[in-house]
Amino acid sequence: KNFWPDSSLIFFCHLHLVHIYKLVPCGCNVLLFTIFCLHSVPGYHRSLFPLPWELESVIKLSHPSRSPRNPEQKIIKRVIALEGDIIKTIGYKKKYVKVPHGHIWVEGDHHGHSFDSNAFGPVSLGLLHARATHILWPPKRWQKLQPILPPERKPLQREQE
Amino acid sequence: MFRNALGKTFRFLGYTVQYGCIAHCAFEYLGGVVVCSGPSMEPTIQNSDIVFSENLSRHFYCIRKGDIVIAKSPNDPKSNICKRVIGLEGDKVCTSNPSDFLKSHSYVPKGHVWLEGDNLRNSTDSRCYGPVPYGLIRGRICFKIWPLNDFGFLRASPNGHRFLDD
Repeated sequence: KNFWPDSSLIFFCHLHLVHIYKLVPCGCNVLLFTIFCLHSVPGYHRSLFPLPWELESVIKLSHPSRSPRNPEQKIIKRVIALEGDIIKTIGYKKKYVKVPHGHIWVEGDHHGHSFDSNAFGPVSLGLLHARATHILWPPKRWQKLQPILPPERKPLQREQE
Repeated sequence: MFRNALGKTFRFLGYTVQYGCIAHCAFEYLGGVVVCSGPSMEPTIQNSDIVFSENLSRHFYCIRKGDIVIAKSPNDPKSNICKRVIGLEGDKVCTSNPSDFLKSHSYVPKGHVWLEGDNLRNSTDSRCYGPVPYGLIRGRICFKIWPLNDFGFLRASPNGHRFLDD
């Protein structure tokens, strides 16, 4: 008696689990072309998989204003502030925002040409997918994405642990 | 002898990993059994009821007004909430409580839904934390499994007056 599942089903399951390291083509003009994402699975021990929303890292998230009728759209932005921080916004409806609990503030590196939290406000952490770690393509842009933040975008007040 | 046992162990591990992959993908894309806790969906779903949720509606964008959905909590990504969809994007919803004298209304923004628990007096929902992004929805509850005397499809909302039809 053969208990081995159908081979196409196995292949699909393996493909899904290769979410752990995922190559993502990104066509946005914000930062980069193709990135290498580290998917952090909730529930795993912190030392095995880093949190995807560490400050100043580049992350990939579901579009907060995505209409359900449109295909699943992901955007790539940089984490500027975590919950509890107070930041000064660029073009948002409120000049100073305290990031609510369970949310983060994201911005593109190219201000003024970026559809980010300055447009749609703080983003719920549940919409996060992965953290971008490297640019792979085009070859002349091969680099590791550094968690850096220009000093003028640093939060005005950071919540102490 | 030892090699035989080792071979059997590896084969067993192989089966476990394969079936683990399939189970994970089934829960992710098809659906699963959920234990609900809390009073916010009474009388439709009581505390410690067991229900079956399916994820296909979310992937094919078939969530309708009046569906009961499971979503990630907007304020705590590690916990889930179970509420009823009162309004989809573009719908007009009543943002005030039934006990308020002055009613206030607003429109659900693009890409969001308005969720409310059936137990309006004891539910933190969109009246508290605002419209919820559609991307946070995990699945739709379609069937109650436990308790057996309440087995079957879920009832319609007892708060029909919360659904505003244009």
